[in-house]
Amino acid sequence: MKYLCLVYLSPEEWNSAPDEACMACGNELRASGHFITGTPLHPTHTATTVRVRNGQLSVTDGPFAETKEQLAGFYLIDARDLNEAIHLASKIPPAQFGSIEVRPTRELVVSAQP
Amino acid sequence: MPAPEIARVRAEIDKLYRRESRRIFATLIRLLGDFERAEEALHDAFRAAMEKWPAEGLPQNPVAWLVSAGRFKSIDKQRREKRFDHLEDRPDVSESLSDSGPAPDDLPELLEDDRLRLVFTCCHPALAPDAQVALTLREVCGLATEEIAAAFLTPAPTIAQRIVRAKAKIRDANIPYQVPAREELPERLESVLRVVYLVFNEGYSASSGESATRADLSGEAIRLARLIAELAPGPEVQALLALMLLHESRRETRATPDGELILLDEQDRSRWNRALIDEGAALVRSVLSSQHVGAYAVQAAIAAVHAEAPSAADTDWNEIVGLYDLLMRVTPSPIVALNRAVAVTMRDGPEAGLVQLDALLADGALDGYQLAHAARADFCRRLGRNAEARDAYQRAIKLTAQGPARRFLERRLAALPA
Repeated sequence: MKYLCLVYLSPEEWNSAPDEACMACGNELRASGHFITGTPLHPTHTATTVRVRNGQLSVTDGPFAETKEQLAGFYLIDARDLNEAIHLASKIPPAQFGSIEVRPTRELVVSAQP
Repeated sequence: MPAPEIARVRAEIDKLYRRESRRIFATLIRLLGDFERAEEALHDAFRAAMEKWPAEGLPQNPVAWLVSAGRFKSIDKQRREKRFDHLEDRPDVSESLSDSGPAPDDLPELLEDDRLRLVFTCCHPALAPDAQVALTLREVCGLATEEIAAAFLTPAPTIAQRIVRAKAKIRDANIPYQVPAREELPERLESVLRVVYLVFNEGYSASSGESATRADLSGEAIRLARLIAELAPGPEVQALLALMLLHESRRETRATPDGELILLDEQDRSRWNRALIDEGAALVRSVLSSQHVGAYAVQAAIAAVHAEAPSAADTDWNEIVGLYDLLMRVTPSPIVALNRAVAVTMRDGPEAGLVQLDALLADGALDGYQLAHAARADFCRRLGRNAEARDAYQRAIKLTAQGPARRFLERRLAALPA
């Protein structure tokens, strides 16, 4: 069975857990054979919401899903830039009924080991 | 170099800064891949010109010189900051701009493309609408944060925050610095034109405050539309430019010297700007003859009928009602319907207009819109239904935040017979 572990943080705590610790956690999970993939995200103000209604694409700033909308799945995609990411997100079938939040990932910043 | 010659070079640099700095900035963003670095490089480049040109004379192509000086100084600075960075690995797109000698022939074209890239990036739909406006005025038009804040009556730190966040999003979410592909262009252009028109309207009829108009914002919007019309010509942008020129032609007559509002039918038409009207009307004719019927084109056509009429009474109101019918088909909205009702009043009298307006008000969508109540007040006043007119004026006054518009309504209310 696979489980998705979603990480939630208030903006004040956004950088509280050091990247080194997160990297170590990933390495431990990898060593024990539990790790599939994981990545930190840029803050919510870098998010873009994509919806398709009656074949019309709508693109808006921010993570503003309707409050009654619940997280239903995820795709981790590799795109050239935000324009391509929006285009690909608009093809995800639930975009026609709900919304797809497109959020850039970032790299963990860990100082080089000696 | 003799002193007068030095003064001439300095004046030339000043002129270059005013005319070309936003273009150079746009190109530096592409070359350096970052807004902040480009801004810094722009200032470094002009500083270098101030140091060198008075002694060495003007280079053959000053713009190319400034672009390559800015780029060189920025890359040099980055090298010094992170000695072991992988800058060398980055594809260098700037090879076409040589550090010395004459510029390549396609430089002017490259510079113009960069300005358009900058417009589309600043108006990207993934940025919040108010951030699009602030960013466009800051980066494309070169307005200072304080000027934007004053124009929108918003505290400067709020505007600064919007700009910082928008730039962070461009960087972190990797919003590309490019003119959209042909298939995306219509949709993306729509969002650019929306920003331009919003800037114009804020300048033309400020939504609040003591001044009815802010000429500088409207001027920026017209400059932007001219730029887009030149770089990406098409009927939509021509129609929007026409619409703004036709409105702008009346600016001087829309208020008394002390800022009080003057309505269309009482304006001194001899003072309307004929040059702007001629340019706007010619654009409308060219757009309509291309069979393009968009929202801006129809609104521009309406503005052209007004602009070319000798007086309010001699306006072809039948034509105007017909154009509003067309506009209702292109972009139906309660506000378009309200304007149509006003035109019907001018054509058929206030009774006919009031029937339509009351049907609209019954729908509820215009309840919070001051102009709907102001129109009802005016129709009732003309019909001698003074009690109803009084109620409507009071509702309109309550909803009006802009000083001159509110005082206009108060004067009309006070003039009603008891």
